[in-house]
Amino acid sequence: MSTSFWVNGVQQTVDVDPSKPLLWVIREQLGLTGTKFGCGISQCGACTVHIDGAATRSCVTPISDIEGKQVTTIEGLRSASGELHPLQQAWVDHQVPQCGYCQSGQLMSASALLSNNPNPTDADIDTAMQGNICRCGMYGRIRSAIKSVDSVGIASNTDETLFYNGAEVNHV
Amino acid sequence: MSKWTRRAFITSGIVAGGGVVVGIAMRPGNQVKDLAAKLGDDGANLVHTYVKIDSDNTITAIIPHSEMGQGVHTALGQMLAEELDADWDQLKLEEAPAIGEYAMYAAGRRYLLTGIDFPKLVIPTVDGMMMRVADTLNMQITGGSMSVRTTGILAMRTAGAATRQLLQQAAAEAWDVPVEEIATEKSHLIHAASNRREPYASFAADVAGMTPSYTPTFKDPADYKIVGTHKPRRDIPAKVDGSLKFAMDVQLPNMLYATVVRSPVPGGSVVELDDSVARSVEGVVDVIVIPATTVSSMLGDTVSAETVAVVADSYWSASKGLKELKVQWSEVGFETVSSDGIFEQFNRDISASAERQTDHVQGEASSVFAGAAKVVDADYHVPFLAHTCMEPLNATADVRTDSAEIWVGCQNPLGFRRDIADSLGMDPEKVTLHNHSMGGGFGRKARPDWALQVAHLAREVGRPVQLIWSREEDVRQDFYRPAVQSRFRAAFDAQDNLLAWENTYTNKNEPIEAPLIPYAIPAQDIGYVSSPVHIPFGAWRSVDHSQHGFFTESFIDEVANAAGKDSFEFRAELLKDSPRHLAVLNKAAEEAQWSRPLPEGSGRGISLQESFGSLVAQVVEVAVVEGEVSVERVVAVIDPGLAVAPDGIAAQLESGIIYGLTAALHGEITIEKGAVVQSNFHDYKAVRMNEAPNIETHVINSGHDIGGAGEPGTPGIAPALMNAVFNATGTRVRQLPLSRFDLNYQVEETGAVG
Repeated sequence: MSTSFWVNGVQQTVDVDPSKPLLWVIREQLGLTGTKFGCGISQCGACTVHIDGAATRSCVTPISDIEGKQVTTIEGLRSASGELHPLQQAWVDHQVPQCGYCQSGQLMSASALLSNNPNPTDADIDTAMQGNICRCGMYGRIRSAIKSVDSVGIASNTDETLFYNGAEVNHV
Repeated sequence: MSKWTRRAFITSGIVAGGGVVVGIAMRPGNQVKDLAAKLGDDGANLVHTYVKIDSDNTITAIIPHSEMGQGVHTALGQMLAEELDADWDQLKLEEAPAIGEYAMYAAGRRYLLTGIDFPKLVIPTVDGMMMRVADTLNMQITGGSMSVRTTGILAMRTAGAATRQLLQQAAAEAWDVPVEEIATEKSHLIHAASNRREPYASFAADVAGMTPSYTPTFKDPADYKIVGTHKPRRDIPAKVDGSLKFAMDVQLPNMLYATVVRSPVPGGSVVELDDSVARSVEGVVDVIVIPATTVSSMLGDTVSAETVAVVADSYWSASKGLKELKVQWSEVGFETVSSDGIFEQFNRDISASAERQTDHVQGEASSVFAGAAKVVDADYHVPFLAHTCMEPLNATADVRTDSAEIWVGCQNPLGFRRDIADSLGMDPEKVTLHNHSMGGGFGRKARPDWALQVAHLAREVGRPVQLIWSREEDVRQDFYRPAVQSRFRAAFDAQDNLLAWENTYTNKNEPIEAPLIPYAIPAQDIGYVSSPVHIPFGAWRSVDHSQHGFFTESFIDEVANAAGKDSFEFRAELLKDSPRHLAVLNKAAEEAQWSRPLPEGSGRGISLQESFGSLVAQVVEVAVVEGEVSVERVVAVIDPGLAVAPDGIAAQLESGIIYGLTAALHGEITIEKGAVVQSNFHDYKAVRMNEAPNIETHVINSGHDIGGAGEPGTPGIAPALMNAVFNATGTRVRQLPLSRFDLNYQVEETGAVG
């Protein structure tokens, strides 16, 4: 079955098993390997992407569910001009990652949080981020990095329409 | 990374691209020809190389350790750059290839020959011998919190200092001035009197042919400019934009995907396999039975039982196919074993204490107990634990008739290469292993079972194969932190002075000192009994310290309470002749404001644990509301001797604490009908953001030998937490995890449990 959707501003069409999760389409068909497999059952958050701006676990999202949708992966988190997202810079400044495997998902959850809630409280951060496991245990640094970001800067940088430039790519 | 070949190292110091490699040459000398002969050594040159100087004066530190999140590349680079006086901003870090020349001689020298003060004359011989031994053992292991304190101290520092001396000599000769007048700074050689300043690269070709000193002069730590300062980790930028290539991100032309299942009861083999439905799943290419293999290493035998693999055009298809397999596994004799039965067995074996072995005996414990005014006793136990690295086990292989390539993230690249070569019947030099940064290791990725599986699959299908384990397979086919029971007795006189400490536990592994205590107790008898189980053992972050830290630091708290003393003051009194321990304990109490009153329902607990050469004290504050424990604050103090990378040490402490907190709060692998019950993060839970406490870290640079960082944070969190729970509720938690306890019930009904 053929499915068309947008990934980081590029239209993609794939012809795969409709039950195949978005995670594996992104990685195998599109070659975007920044989105990670961690559990396969929506428990760890390593596979988090934005679908129409909402943080979503791509490991349990069948490709058939995203026909016509806008998907942003970690590779699309930079601004259109290639600048790091303020959260990515905060991750570097706070030396957040250890092994780094969960961090794509952490950043996608955090960026979705700040898009909706520019000044999150600790409780807001707990709620938005508790779907993302970090086995290296860098939760304190993640919290500090989120809080450090200038919320005014975020609002414009997370305008995902910036990335949708209309290019078209087909994958079979 | 550029291609490496063995030949390039042995025959020449020059590499392509105008760069120069400066080696540490180690030649077994004549003094111990007899010893060299025993090692099969014919006196051949052994070349070991850590430093590359490019024509543009870029210096590359070649790091013979794997990165799994601990920041080892940056820390080891700092140690080399410091002694080399390299310009940190122009320094590159590169992981060494999996070839024999990068075997870990330094770890061997540190551990096998510890305590021996060699004359300078024989150091080259000793180094050469250890190099040969390490090569023979295929030792390239990252673990045991030992990279900085072995490779860093004995190899990187030496390489940096020796290279700097060679460069100074070369410049002195070229400029015709005394070598003592040549200074170094930021990868430049300087002669102030003649106003000369040249980059290292100008003399790199001259020094490539020279033999570096085995015993160079090191800097005074007071002069350090790079070691001990904050240098942002070099690996972090690629970890915030998805660009870092983990092993699972390798994509080869014509590549297939595979996933596997083994017998739920460890060791079972296939009796009957019906793969007809699996083969009919769209995309499935083949179903392959991988035979059982056993490989031996320093960690003990790794048994990889018979495995059924589904190979397909995508992971999803392979995964769907796997669910359709109908496999009947053989019975191996453990089908009735349960966790309860295992703990009953432990209890029996400790009670019988047949063939009890001792770790440490001082004084006459048995006579002290016979005459004691008061005796306190308790039994503790901990369950099996899985590692659950964020990145599930995976590897990619391309196996041809006479050669193979493997892409994997592992803690022992050289050992994996040997084991893969053995399993394929190839010479190890025909196997190229590309080691990737790991998405967590924690000890699991020192075992090669999954890499052997993919090598077999790639050979069978004749195409590159990427094997990805499901999380369920990862949880159920681990090498587990063992379940352990530990029994204690303490004896007091009539004035509540602690006279004797007795401890018997099940199944000793390593480090051997894990159950020992730092406290001045006159009579001690610490030992263990063997109580074998069928669940495979694995090294799990801090290994035996992970359980003994909980046992000993909880029981000393019970003892303090029984003596009517404050937990901190009681420990401090028993440490009055151990100033280093006392300093760490005092600092933790001070930073945590130990004596500051807490609100009703809150509690505070303390622990002290020495492991892997570092000392860590922790103070935990908890709030208990309606039986629910919330970990509010952790104050952690570490004395690692010297913090090479201070923020790296802090990060490792935070990480070790959360790893240990997951085990303390939730971690439990249970066995039913011989098999692991749990399967994924829903039933094998990890601490998440909403449970993560505020962690405050403090470092004491005591000037003692440099200790480890990756593991010492883990052992002390469980006891400090449970001591805080006791302080808050009066309930003594002697069995992990805490989630098994109903504190409401126990507080109301019994006040304390056994």
